[in-house]
Amino acid sequence: MSVLLQFVHPVARKSRANRALLDAARAVQGVTVNDLYELYPDFHIDVAREQALLEAHAVVVFQHPFYWYSAPALLKEWQDLVLAAGFAYGPGGTRLRGKTLGSALTTGGAAEAYSPTGHNRYPIRALLAPFDQTAHLCGMRYAEPFVVHAAPRLSDAALAEEGARYADWLRALAAGAPV
Amino acid sequence: MLVQAFIYLAAAALAVPVAKRLGLGSVLGYLLAGAALGPSVLNLAGSAAELGHFAEFGVVMLLFLVGLELRLSELWAMRARLLGLGGLQVVVTAGLLAALGLAADVAWPAATAGGVILALSSTAIIIQTLQEKRLMGTPGGQATFSILLFQALAIIPILALWPLLGGGGGAGEAGHGAAAAGRPGWQVALGYLGGLAAIIAAGRFLIRPLFRAIARTGLRELFTVAALLVVVGIAAITEAVGLSAALGTFIGGVLLADSEYRHELVADIEPFKGLLLGLFFITVGASLDMPLIAREPVAILALLGAMVLVKSGVLLALGRLFRLGWDQTLLLALVLIVGDEFAFVLISLSRAQGVLGAEQAGLLTATVALSMALTPLLFLAYERIVVPRLIAARAPAKAADEIDPAAVRDHEVIIAGFGRVGHVVGRMLRAHGRTATVLDLDSDYIELIRKLGFKVFYGDATRLDLLHAAGAAHAKIFVVAIDQPAQSLALVETLQKHFPHLTLLVRAEGRVHAYELQKRGVKFFYREMLGSALDLGEATLRQLGHGAHEAHRAARAFRRHDEEAVRALAEHWEDDDVYFSEARKSIEAFEKMFEDDRATPPSDPAWAPAAPEDRSRG
Repeated sequence: MSVLLQFVHPVARKSRANRALLDAARAVQGVTVNDLYELYPDFHIDVAREQALLEAHAVVVFQHPFYWYSAPALLKEWQDLVLAAGFAYGPGGTRLRGKTLGSALTTGGAAEAYSPTGHNRYPIRALLAPFDQTAHLCGMRYAEPFVVHAAPRLSDAALAEEGARYADWLRALAAGAPV
Repeated sequence: MLVQAFIYLAAAALAVPVAKRLGLGSVLGYLLAGAALGPSVLNLAGSAAELGHFAEFGVVMLLFLVGLELRLSELWAMRARLLGLGGLQVVVTAGLLAALGLAADVAWPAATAGGVILALSSTAIIIQTLQEKRLMGTPGGQATFSILLFQALAIIPILALWPLLGGGGGAGEAGHGAAAAGRPGWQVALGYLGGLAAIIAAGRFLIRPLFRAIARTGLRELFTVAALLVVVGIAAITEAVGLSAALGTFIGGVLLADSEYRHELVADIEPFKGLLLGLFFITVGASLDMPLIAREPVAILALLGAMVLVKSGVLLALGRLFRLGWDQTLLLALVLIVGDEFAFVLISLSRAQGVLGAEQAGLLTATVALSMALTPLLFLAYERIVVPRLIAARAPAKAADEIDPAAVRDHEVIIAGFGRVGHVVGRMLRAHGRTATVLDLDSDYIELIRKLGFKVFYGDATRLDLLHAAGAAHAKIFVVAIDQPAQSLALVETLQKHFPHLTLLVRAEGRVHAYELQKRGVKFFYREMLGSALDLGEATLRQLGHGAHEAHRAARAFRRHDEEAVRALAEHWEDDDVYFSEARKSIEAFEKMFEDDRATPPSDPAWAPAAPEDRSRG
C-alpha cells in the first residue's frame, strides 16, 4: 500500500530531527513525500490537488514538530480546507473511508514530561485526541503514533537510529499492519 | 604625442562632466572641449586635422554598432512606417532646405549636400534623451525611432551617391574612398555595387566561421582582437575597392546583427568607439572656425533658423499625416530638430570632394553644433510648456465620453487609469460582482479594452465636470491608477477638495511620489514596482536553496519594514542630509533582523527548536 507523507515544518532547515526522519522516509518504497510549507508558502492550498493525492494513497502520515501540543499552523489550514464536507465527512463524504492515518512527531520535551507527574501533565496519546477523532470522523483508522522525544538534544547517532525506527514504522503501515 | 594625448583627455575629462551636469549631453561637452583647445581660444590642439583622420575611425565604429542594432527581420516588419515616415522626413526636409539654398544662390551640389546634412538627426543624443525622460514607449517616441532607423539606413545610399555630387572628382580623404578619385560618377557607383556584394559575401562566409573558431579557444582578449580585426578589415577592403569605410562597416554591422556574436561584438567595440568618437567630436570642435562665427553670426543664425523651421514644419505635417495626437506630434517635431554627428562626417567628406567651400563647411559645422546645444532647451520647452498645455488642451481634441449618470449611480468604485495596474483592479472587482466606473485618457487603448468587453469612458479624470458625471459624489472609493505622478497628484488634490468623502487608493510611481502623496494626507498608496521586486527577491532566495515559506516570510518582512520606512522617511525627504542618514539606519536595522538568523545555530525566534534547557513547550 502506498503512503502519503505530509511533511509539515515551516523551516525544515532549523530542525535536525525532522530532516533526519524525512531522509529516512524518502528511502522507503511507496512513500510519497508532500512538503506542505514548500508547496504553499503563502498558505494558498491547492485543494483539488491535495484531495487527489489523498485518494491515490491508502495511508496518510502527518510528520511534524509537536508545536503547542498540536501541529504547525499550515496543517490546520490544510485540514480546514482539504477535509471538506462531502469529501471527507458528512453526507457523501466517504472518500477517505477505510484508509489509515498516522502521526509522526518530534517533541522538545522528554518522554517522562508527558505523564501525569511530568510538566506536560498528559500522555502524548491523550493530547493527540483531536487527530484521533479526525480520523474517526473520516472513517479512517488512527495508527499508533511515532514519536521522537527530546529531539533537539539527540546526538547524530541517536537521530540515525530514530530514522531507522521511523522507516520500519512506515514499512509496517505500508504493509497494512494492524494498528 | 603624449603631451597632446594628455591635453585632449584632460579637456574631455573636464568638459564632458560639466556639460552633462548642465544637461547638455556629452557630445556637446566634447565639442566645447575641442572649441576651447582650438586655434582661436587656447591654441593647444596641435595638428587637429592630422588627428582627425585617426579620430574618424570612431565614426566608422559608430556606424558598425548602429548596423549591429538593425536586424533585417525587424526592419522588414516595420517597413511601411519606416519608408513612409522616415523616407518622407529625409526627402522632403532635405529637398526644402536645398531649395532654400538654391534660392540663396548656393550652387546645387552644395545646396543638396547642405540639405541632406541638416536633415539628419542625432541617433545618439535623441535615443539617450528619450530613454532618460521615459518617452521611448510613447507613440511619438516610436515614430521618432522609425525616422532615426530610416536615417541610419539612408546612410547607405547617401554615402554611395555622395561622390556624384562632386562629379566623382575631388581629393579622397582617409576613410572615404581614395580609390574613387578621378573617375566619372557612374563608374564609381558601379564599383560600389561590386564592393557591396563582396562585403555581403564576406559577412556570410568568412566572418561567422572566424568567430566560431575564436570562441572555441575561449580566450577573451582574442575576441576583442577579432572584433577590431573585422571592423578594420572591412574598412580596409571597402576603401581598396573605392568605397567609404563607414558604409562598409555599417553594412558589415547589419549582416552580423542576426549572428550569435552580436552582444560580444557590441561589448568589444563600444569602448573603442566611445574613445575615438569623443576624439572625433573634439577635433570637430577644434576645427570650428571661431573668427568665421564671429564674422557671420547672421548667416549662422539664418541657417539654424531655416533648419529648425523646415525640420519641425515637415515633422509637424508628418505627425498629423500619420495620425499622431498633437502632443506626440510636437514631441516628434522638437526632438528630431537636433543635427546628427554623422553630419560632421558628411561635411568633411564634402570638403574633401570640393562640394563645399571652407566657409560653407564652417558655417554648416557651426550650425549643427549649435543645434546640439539647442536640444536640452527644446526638451525643457516640451516638458514645461507643451506637456502642461496639451494635457489641458487634449480634451477639446476629442470630447470626453458622455456618461449617463443613471448608469453609474450604483457604482461604489471609480478607477482612473485602466492600464497594467488599473485593469487588474477592475477585473478583480468585476469577478466579485462589483462594477466600477472606469476612466482612461488613451483613446486607442480604450478601443482595445472595449473589444475585451470592458466599459471604459474616455476622458481626463482631473476635470471636475467629468468627475461629477462619473458619479464621484455617490462613490465610496476612488482608485487612482494613473502612471504619471504629476497628473496623479493633481487628481488627488481635486478629489480631496471637491469629494472629501472618498477613500483614495493611489498607485505610486516610487518613493518620491509616495512622499508627495503622504504630504497630501493620502494613507493608502501602493508603489507599482514593489510587488514584483519582492516576488523577484523571494524567487531568488528560493533558487539559492532557502525554504519556500522562509523566503515568503522574508519578502513579507521586507514589505512591512519598507512600508514603515517609506512612512517614517516621508518627513525627512526634503532634507538630503537627514534623509540619507535615516535611510541608511533603516536599511541597517532591516539587515540586523536577519543577521542573527544567519548565525549558526540560527537564533531567529521563529520556529527555533527549544533551547536544550527549556522544556516548557511541546
